[in-house]
Amino acid sequence: MDITRRDFIKSAAMQSAVASAAVLFPGISFGAWKTVGSGGIEWKKTPCRFCGTGCGLLVGVSGERAVAVKGDPNCTVNKGLCCVKGYHSVQILYGNDRITKALVRRNGKMVETPLNEALDLVASKMQETIKSHGKDAVAMYGSGQWSITDGYVSSKLFKGCIGTNNLEANARLCMASAVTGFLTSFGMDEPMGSYDDLDHADVFITWGNNMAEMHPVLFSRMLANRKAKNHVKIIDFATRTTRTSQASDKSILFKPQTDLAVANAICYEIIRNDWVNWDFVNKHVSFHKGKTNIGYGTQDHFKFKDKAETVDFEAYKAFLEDYTPEKVEKLSGVPAKDIKYLAALYGDPDQKIVSYWCMGMNQHTRGTWINNLVYNCHLLVGKISQPGNGPFSLTGQPSACGTVREVGTLTHKLPKGVVMKEGARKLAAKIWDVPVENIDPKPTYHTVEMFRALDRGDIRFMWIQVTNPMVTMPNLNRYRDGAEKDDRFIVVSEIYPTPTSDVADVILPAALWIEREGFFGNSERRTQHNEQIVPMPGDCMSNTWQIIEVARRMGFEKQFPWSEETYIEDCWNEYTQFHDNPKHRMAPYNDLKAKSGIVWPYVNGIETKWRYNAKYDPAAEGDSFDFYGKPDRRAWIWLRPYEPPAESPDSEYPFWLNTGRILEHWHTGSMTRRVPVLHRAVPEAYVEINPDDADHLGITNGSKVKVSSRRGSVTMKASINGRGRPPRGMVFVPFFDESYLINEATLDAFCPISKQPDYKKCAVKLERV
Amino acid sequence: MPVFSYLAYPVSGSKAQLVRDLAALDFCEVTPAENEEVLILVTDTPDEKTEKKLQEKLKTIKSLESLGMTFGHTDQ
Repeated sequence: MDITRRDFIKSAAMQSAVASAAVLFPGISFGAWKTVGSGGIEWKKTPCRFCGTGCGLLVGVSGERAVAVKGDPNCTVNKGLCCVKGYHSVQILYGNDRITKALVRRNGKMVETPLNEALDLVASKMQETIKSHGKDAVAMYGSGQWSITDGYVSSKLFKGCIGTNNLEANARLCMASAVTGFLTSFGMDEPMGSYDDLDHADVFITWGNNMAEMHPVLFSRMLANRKAKNHVKIIDFATRTTRTSQASDKSILFKPQTDLAVANAICYEIIRNDWVNWDFVNKHVSFHKGKTNIGYGTQDHFKFKDKAETVDFEAYKAFLEDYTPEKVEKLSGVPAKDIKYLAALYGDPDQKIVSYWCMGMNQHTRGTWINNLVYNCHLLVGKISQPGNGPFSLTGQPSACGTVREVGTLTHKLPKGVVMKEGARKLAAKIWDVPVENIDPKPTYHTVEMFRALDRGDIRFMWIQVTNPMVTMPNLNRYRDGAEKDDRFIVVSEIYPTPTSDVADVILPAALWIEREGFFGNSERRTQHNEQIVPMPGDCMSNTWQIIEVARRMGFEKQFPWSEETYIEDCWNEYTQFHDNPKHRMAPYNDLKAKSGIVWPYVNGIETKWRYNAKYDPAAEGDSFDFYGKPDRRAWIWLRPYEPPAESPDSEYPFWLNTGRILEHWHTGSMTRRVPVLHRAVPEAYVEINPDDADHLGITNGSKVKVSSRRGSVTMKASINGRGRPPRGMVFVPFFDESYLINEATLDAFCPISKQPDYKKCAVKLERV
Repeated sequence: MPVFSYLAYPVSGSKAQLVRDLAALDFCEVTPAENEEVLILVTDTPDEKTEKKLQEKLKTIKSLESLGMTFGHTDQ
């Protein structure tokens, strides 16, 4: 059926009213919208394909075209609300320059090529590279925007069939510190709580986390809770003033990297005031310290392995003596009274408290440590794994959890366990029907080192899917130069031309999320299924099927026997064998098809909203808490000190450079910049400068400024008193605009434990142009 | 052929009545919020004359406290 112009206008009128209502009444729901002005539109459910919130959408389809979007009122994540990206999400399908045919570089030019021929070339180049340079000369770089099956078949092909651990994903750049934080503190990845905490907590603390722009739907639920209950407080603890700060009850600014010291000072105060929940600590917590002065990974082949040493509470207490509020005030710039205020919020037994964070804590050269330290704040007072009480690491991408973390598309991981463990290799070999010897017990390269290996020539072939590393890699100039070297072969599966497809030898046309069936897994352990809602244009193909096609051409037909009609269901049924236990059981395919997402562990048809608490978690033993991820069945409090960042401002480069995202654009903007409304809202990147710094340098709003580091420079317009306001001595640049590659200036230093780079701190200078 | 959308606020305690009153009018489609005292009204009239008449009718509805326009389209 066709949609008329009239129906379209009425749909726009309705959407406009819903959006206005959502601003005025956070959390408002219009469940009856289905019946309004549908004009022959059929509505189909899908998760949103942008951030890690995992909003449920209803996509309106007319004929074979997606024409409208509304929030899915049956999805408990967003309860019918969307953000501006979600409402416009289907427009990303219809950009004028959509890649719909395979392209192969011939004599320096990209030439349209039959898809089968391009897939033949990919398979033969990979085989050729393995033959001449070894299996570890080929690599795959994927994404937290991969559908779960994309990641699953890539792991099976690279780790099970080819036998290399050269598999990484861009979630290394966004969530790796959260993973190592969870593993070191709890022995298992992913948050223990759920979004239900948004409705139960009395206090929310956002740690370096601009939720109002990055997770706007969750932030609106937080605001709705505050509006419904007058006592609810939101405290924004950050390095720059943002929309989140403006909406909070209290904004506390700290100097970059000193969140480590402040978290320790909070714990110092909790102990000094005897706010410790001794019953919880004595039964459920143990104390540990690791190595210190651990480096920053800026040199090739950097290695680090932490070593845990068990200590007692007295040792922990003595360690915290260096972190009195008064001492930390001098380091962090946070007044001692504000540190004591934060500690009192955690310490008050009558206040339920949730800590939220995302990139601010994860993109940090001590990312694992700051994750550990925020867990410490909760563990000391026993505020964890209960409705409204808990630390909650938000995810950046729609399936960073579902695909990268749960399937394990990282060099050291398998769908269950790590390659270093014989039991994990045996299980994978059995399910994959490959010899166990195929699976290499030694991890190879994490993301930064993988691109260094490409530059060095240790890797000669790289297949990149659903990500844009030629915009997002820190210290970008080096990695682009590496990818462009003559004897490197780069395959890019893409939907639009990007700086990454610019360096490709083969471009494979990829299907977008609702053009194929798939699954995402969001921040709260919710797995979400979508069916194919509209047809793929041209020769586009799902990333999963591209990998299967190449695998078969390489001789792995036995491992990839599925038909094009049922391969997504078949993949799901095979993959979920890895997690068939009460700690991680995934929902069956048919349940996922029927519902707007299901939270795992899913045991006997019941979701687990709070893990490690026997009241809610069927895997927990006893009648209270059971941190079963650790051998001692306790959560670990870590003694992690403050250590300075890899690079700090000095007389030559006197400003901090902080980078990040904005509300209207998704990551590198390759999709949202092709949506007219979103593009017009923020048409280009800019550098936010503190008004006093701008005045001192003679910079006015909109004037051109050159931002330079020791690695590169970008000239762009100044934004003064815009939506974000950095403190004096800091600038902020969003990275969504490929015309201004700010990552040419950033530093490729990373957390030695998680290997996640720090995009929030390096030194730059400003020049008026 | 004007199309408008509004947030319609009921007189206190009259949300259900307002839904009925608006739904009874020609050219009006009503969507109440499930969890707030507000509803969405989308009007779709064939011409300016009918639109003006509808506007007059809307002013007479006793259960309606106020209207806030969120979208407007005419073919002019």
